[in-house]
Amino acid sequence: MEANTRSTGRLPAAFLTPGSSSFMDFLGEHAPELLPGNRTLPPVQGALEIPHGTTIVAAAFPGGVVLAGDRRATMGNVIAQRDIEKVFPADEYSAVGIAGTAGLAVEMVKLFQLELEHYEKIEGAALSLEGKANRLSTMIRGNLGMAMQGLAVVPLFAGYDTDREKGRIFSYDVTGGRSEEQGFAATGSGSVFARGSLKKLYRKDLTEQQAITAVVQSLYDAADDDSATGGPDIARQIYPIVTVITDEGFRRLTEAEASETARAVHERRLEEPDGPRAALL
Amino acid sequence: MSTPFYVSPQQAMADRAEYARKGIARGRSVVVLQYTDGILFVAENPSRALHKVSEIYDRIAFAAVGKYNEFENLRIGGVRYADLRGYTYHREDVTARGLANVYAQTLGTIFSSAAEKPYEVELIVAEVGSAPEEDQIYRLPHDGSIVDEHGAVAVGGNSDQIGSYLDQRHRDEMTLGEALRLAVESLSRDNNGGERQLTAEQLEVAVLDRTRPQQRKFRRVLGRQLTRLLSAESSAEGAAEGAEPSETETEE
Repeated sequence: MEANTRSTGRLPAAFLTPGSSSFMDFLGEHAPELLPGNRTLPPVQGALEIPHGTTIVAAAFPGGVVLAGDRRATMGNVIAQRDIEKVFPADEYSAVGIAGTAGLAVEMVKLFQLELEHYEKIEGAALSLEGKANRLSTMIRGNLGMAMQGLAVVPLFAGYDTDREKGRIFSYDVTGGRSEEQGFAATGSGSVFARGSLKKLYRKDLTEQQAITAVVQSLYDAADDDSATGGPDIARQIYPIVTVITDEGFRRLTEAEASETARAVHERRLEEPDGPRAALL
Repeated sequence: MSTPFYVSPQQAMADRAEYARKGIARGRSVVVLQYTDGILFVAENPSRALHKVSEIYDRIAFAAVGKYNEFENLRIGGVRYADLRGYTYHREDVTARGLANVYAQTLGTIFSSAAEKPYEVELIVAEVGSAPEEDQIYRLPHDGSIVDEHGAVAVGGNSDQIGSYLDQRHRDEMTLGEALRLAVESLSRDNNGGERQLTAEQLEVAVLDRTRPQQRKFRRVLGRQLTRLLSAESSAEGAAEGAEPSETETEE
């Protein structure tokens, strides 16, 4: 069925029709039932009890961008998962972190990764960073019906723009509206606190390591005030996922590197529970 | 309406095969060789934009000779097939064998359907395994058959001569440089035994490299790296030439 090769076993015409370089367009024509946006939901009363992912933060620094997320998924008042992964590489030079309905988010990321890879293979060249951001926009817009029933997916997209040679961050709303953020951004339930924290810590001239520390601090602050965001779990050795994208491409910090920064932040907080203080004036 | 002349089925098929073979023989060849760390693809192709060798999926690549629009269509179909299969099941479930079968069915149906003209293409589908024994190379001629190949294989015009040249000289566990230079040697031989000089600009080179840390093992060998690999031979020869006199000196 998967290739719908029918009785002769040959590739159906849809496979051999030149034109679109988009995997989503191809799916829409050949197997529309596989597109996430094409499902209709029965009307539901009240909120659905399904796992939700929470806080994602990003910060740009000269030469790249950091994208990080906490590890908690919640289902109402219950912690559904302690070690969920919400930050993924989209391709060699970009990453996407997703807050919202976890199951849909993971499917959307899978399709988004495939969309970028498919384009790259068919065209022989990668999409521009703006092009990638727009594709993600289209996918979120396709999910609008579900979002209105409480199954929203809100990503944060960060990448290294190889033409402009700098890291860039794009944030989205549930309707697919896309806006480029200057410096730093956050999304998810803890984003209010994370953004407040980053606002005080962020400077344009941070080094890569400083940017990593700043986002880990902001996730700590988000976990401090938002029950749905998980802080570093020292007992279980679960630390935020931190990814860095520079001109050398996507890199996810190893467990050891992430734990080192998270532990350092935690150690300091034992003395100063509210974290570093900004100057008054 | 006049009655069409009777043509025996044998004659009709022979004509179609002849037509396809002639079309394929007009183009330059592509050679595919196994080396220690993977599978090497070398094509004589001065174009930087129109590729004869390309990536299909994580471990699978595609090489073709013949008519560009026809094999380009098949390539796109293959990418769509692989991506859809990987999306429906899992990335591991996309195999060269499955893809080769679909290609064979497609080519075979087109070849034997009187309503369509046969495709003038010959394809190679290769998958790199975790060890050389697990590498798979399939050659797909225009008529829909599949040939399971090992070691080295050539397709395109002059492929018989190039193939036998390669068979005599290819051995297991060649390094990338050795395999590349053997491939270029084989491609630069003329029909009548003469030799042409092939430069880096005239070559399209790609590898499926099993040692690559990324999930996608396909990589094009370009620019400086290609020149360096090609010229390693002459520098090695130079070193050997430099070494020889000193040896004779010590002997003396």
